[in-house]
Amino acid sequence: MAQLIYYLQFPFVRYAIIVGVAVALCSSLLGVTLVLKRFSFIGDGLSHVAFGAIAIASVLNISNNMLLVLPITIISAILLLRTGQNTKIKGDAAIAMISVGALAFGYLIMNIFSASSNLSGDVCTTLFGSTSILTLKPLDVWLSVGLSVVVIALFILFYNKIFAVTFDENFMKATGSRAQAYNLLIAVIIAVIIVLAMNLVGSLLISALVIFPALSAMRLFRSFKSVTIFSAVFSVVCALLGIVISILAGTPVGSTIVAADVVAFGICSLIGLILKRQ
Amino acid sequence: MSFIEANNLSVGYEGEAVAENICFAIGRGDYLCIVGENGSGKTTLMKTLLRLQKPLSGEIRYGEEGQIKEIGYLPQQTVVQKDFPASVKEIVISGFQKKCGLRPFYNKEEKHLAEVNMERMGISELQNRCYRDLSGGQQQRVLLARALCAAGDILLLDEPVSGLDPKVTADMYDLIEGLNKEGITIIMVSHDIGAAIRYASHILHIGETVFFGTKEEYLESPEGKYFLEKMTHGDGDVVSFL
Repeated sequence: MAQLIYYLQFPFVRYAIIVGVAVALCSSLLGVTLVLKRFSFIGDGLSHVAFGAIAIASVLNISNNMLLVLPITIISAILLLRTGQNTKIKGDAAIAMISVGALAFGYLIMNIFSASSNLSGDVCTTLFGSTSILTLKPLDVWLSVGLSVVVIALFILFYNKIFAVTFDENFMKATGSRAQAYNLLIAVIIAVIIVLAMNLVGSLLISALVIFPALSAMRLFRSFKSVTIFSAVFSVVCALLGIVISILAGTPVGSTIVAADVVAFGICSLIGLILKRQ
Repeated sequence: MSFIEANNLSVGYEGEAVAENICFAIGRGDYLCIVGENGSGKTTLMKTLLRLQKPLSGEIRYGEEGQIKEIGYLPQQTVVQKDFPASVKEIVISGFQKKCGLRPFYNKEEKHLAEVNMERMGISELQNRCYRDLSGGQQQRVLLARALCAAGDILLLDEPVSGLDPKVTADMYDLIEGLNKEGITIIMVSHDIGAAIRYASHILHIGETVFFGTKEEYLESPEGKYFLEKMTHGDGDVVSFL
């Protein structure tokens, strides 16, 4: 405990905790929608797109790579979620294609043009987000917190519409609501969340932040509202635990958070089973 | 002036027509049943009627002046919904989404009407239960209550009894008949020609040839006779359906 308080005196530790909680909260909110829409892997796909974009940004020597990464990821998200029903390449195949393609091109570009001597180190950092959360500058923190607030506000304002479009898109269209517009909104929010979360856990582990809270909540709760609230709490608690453990034990932040998510999911599944038996 | 009217409607995908030359006109409070064999374009026609896709040609008009934009819709269940964590209340009230427009939350009146519609469907005591834990018949009632929230005048039902057992099927048809008697115009797509003849006032038969007319006219038409003969294995016992 004393050790933890000692570490908390460093601003970079406080930044990591603030950004970690904000990102975990945001990513859990849309998790329920994504899991139910069978888009569990969109986090993975989009984060690889973001990885490709980061590679391009670093080759072009763009100082703030957010400016390039965010728009590219948003456009990919829109393209992926649009493929919903009436396209030749279905959702999961489209995600796999974009994800693997972007990863390959990203690595290729980095390999051909990179000036860095430690290439595999750079790639590893982007994929697993090993230390970047501990090297955040105040500007990054404000940007992350600001975007998180926007995401949460949008989610609360459009909560009922997100529910309706997740449960039954065709019904919404048939009764005259603009389901496409809400799908677009969901896509944009997801892209923002993923770019945010890349700082925290890196691109390989983002799916975990999106999926585990939702799946755990669905083991225990039976209404959309309670599932959403529980997955938000679950995600924040696991992120906090993960960050604290990683600081104390010196483990990589991203993988520790995901490990906490996995363990908590196991506990929730067990409780769910026991409740069902009774 | 007819309440719902389709003129020379052709429906299909990517420019290729699945069903052509569909014309029908029904009045307020009628009960239209759309029948046809698998692959005859029933589902495509349904989607076009719901404006989920554009007709290849022709037009559809709802309301005497074409003024009605809201249609209540009872869809076939999707795989996603089978394990969806949502309470009955949440689903029923989501029918008001269109009326909400950009307003983020439901108002008092909508909450009250949702209660009323759950009452009408006899599912009030289920309102806090989880949708995925309900039986097939109960789930259909939930979706019907939601459709009533979306529109009070026209209901489109897509195979409302598929997968239900005979007792629940009969209850479901009675429920729909009750709504029709309250003045709601019903359009139902169904395999179940027997039920179509028992409950509907008008029949639209699509396939090789298109027939539209009242139930009595249908029973006299070549399409109707052919279809019935197949249904009754050629013993021609039409009376047992009526």
